[in-house]
Amino acid sequence: MTAAAVEMRDAGLAFGKRSLWSGLDLDIGAGEFLAVLGPNGSGKSSLLKVLLGQLSLSAGSVRFPALQHRRRGPAIGYVPQQGTTEEAPAVRGVDLVGLGLDGHRWGLGLRGKRERERRVAEAVRAVGATSFAEQPITRLSGGERQRLRVAQALVGEPSVLLCDEPLLSLDVTHQGVVGELIERRRRSAGTAVVFVTHEINPVLPYVDRVLYLHDGDFRLGTPDEVMNSATLSGLYGTKIEVVRLAGQIHVAGAHVALCEDEPHHVEEQVL
Amino acid sequence: MENLFDIELTLRLLGLDFVRHALLASALLGLVAGALGPLIVMRRMAFAVHGTAELAFTGAAAALLLGMVFDGIAVEYGAIAGAVLAALLLGILGGRSAERDSVIGVVLAFGLGVGVLLLWLYPGRAHTQLGLFIGQVISIDRTNLAVYAVSTVAVLGVLALLYRPLLFASADPVVAAARGVPVSLLTPLFAVLVGIATALGVQTVGMLLVLALLVTPAAAACRVTSSPTRAIVLAIAFAELAVLGGIVLSLAPGVPISAFVTAISFAIYLSCRLVEHLRARVRKRKEADAPEGVATAGAAAPAADR
Repeated sequence: MTAAAVEMRDAGLAFGKRSLWSGLDLDIGAGEFLAVLGPNGSGKSSLLKVLLGQLSLSAGSVRFPALQHRRRGPAIGYVPQQGTTEEAPAVRGVDLVGLGLDGHRWGLGLRGKRERERRVAEAVRAVGATSFAEQPITRLSGGERQRLRVAQALVGEPSVLLCDEPLLSLDVTHQGVVGELIERRRRSAGTAVVFVTHEINPVLPYVDRVLYLHDGDFRLGTPDEVMNSATLSGLYGTKIEVVRLAGQIHVAGAHVALCEDEPHHVEEQVL
Repeated sequence: MENLFDIELTLRLLGLDFVRHALLASALLGLVAGALGPLIVMRRMAFAVHGTAELAFTGAAAALLLGMVFDGIAVEYGAIAGAVLAALLLGILGGRSAERDSVIGVVLAFGLGVGVLLLWLYPGRAHTQLGLFIGQVISIDRTNLAVYAVSTVAVLGVLALLYRPLLFASADPVVAAARGVPVSLLTPLFAVLVGIATALGVQTVGMLLVLALLVTPAAAACRVTSSPTRAIVLAIAFAELAVLGGIVLSLAPGVPISAFVTAISFAIYLSCRLVEHLRARVRKRKEADAPEGVATAGAAAPAADR
């Protein structure tokens, strides 16, 4: 068996007295697709920050066994949540994607310029962004930027892909395109995917396991194990109805933020 | 000013050694300023550059005073020391972007106060003092030139080495940090590069007008191109045009060069905004035309349904 991409042991995260989650034992295997769900402020984005090394655990440990002694950064692809990044002037879509490829390397990068351009163009084409990739990003719409962000994360051929609400402000067609691209990457290269989302249905066919965070507690398991009335009612401590309709999961009940198409900003305030 | 168009006088002055030194030093400054400028604009550091320039002035004033006691302390070393110190100070105190603005204000006010005191203590000629404010490019000699050349090579060399991660950290700090770029280390490093460039600028165009070379050409370039590489090339061209053009124009009338340098760079900036505006209009007209074409093509389908 190959080493796990991510290995969390008895991991806990707390801000002051408020515990976001604790006692989390999580192995994410190579090529595994983990969806992270939960209401606003349940610690989904913070989990990604822990995996990025930008936030320290309050308890337990996190390791990347498959990386062995290689640096973590270049092995990670990251799609930040929309609205958490400021767009700078004098940067085009292709520049953003190109930086995802080799922006972490020193020097001017004059060698291998042609190969670089080819890979960037390919990544841009894969997300259907060729028509606007030469424009300054300040002039692009949220959905257009989001597709470039996905291209930027994939072009570096990551072994761990961390996505924070990557489907936000994408129309259904492009949600499908992005979902398929990520799926193809993990099938062909064994990339582990951690996919924070409000909306599980567009990626439901790809999801191996669900981590559902709520109010300091969590449930971890296959979509069938977690996304049912009994499990979610137990987690929320109130009556939750989970209905499967035409291959989609719909959750009904008080305070359930799933299947809402809104970004969350509560965690940013905590940080 | 009546000599502004006295070409014969200008040509005669261009033959003089000190004028040539001035032009060479300014060309080096334009190169450094243009190369750093787009990153300064991207990182929203215009105010930081101004703050750094004020402290370069303080450093220069200190060197002026110390030069009375210890012979041979050149003003440019003081300026560089002051600017680098300022850059580091601003980098350390203003780590969080929310506070950066006010930290710069606090530091530059204090630095300027100290500088004024040092100048008041300096018993030398008032002209030398004024030079720090409005530049004294004409006084540059061979030793100064050596400092300029070494500084230029050092700044450009380090910039080339850091370029990709620096661009990443400037354009896209969140993802850059995720990809392992040492964003918090690059901030003070870039500040030091800016500090050295600022110190050179204090010598030529003076403390008050450093922004005209470090910020204005790059800001103009960013109006007309969105490619980082092209922005650097354009910013260098604009900075050279402003500083060399400014010096040549100032020769015959004997006006301080900063007046012309700032006027030229401001004119370039306005022109670039005009170009941007015209391009946007052309683009809008194209976009306005395009949906019409789509609409007529789409209109055929519903008609067939009926």
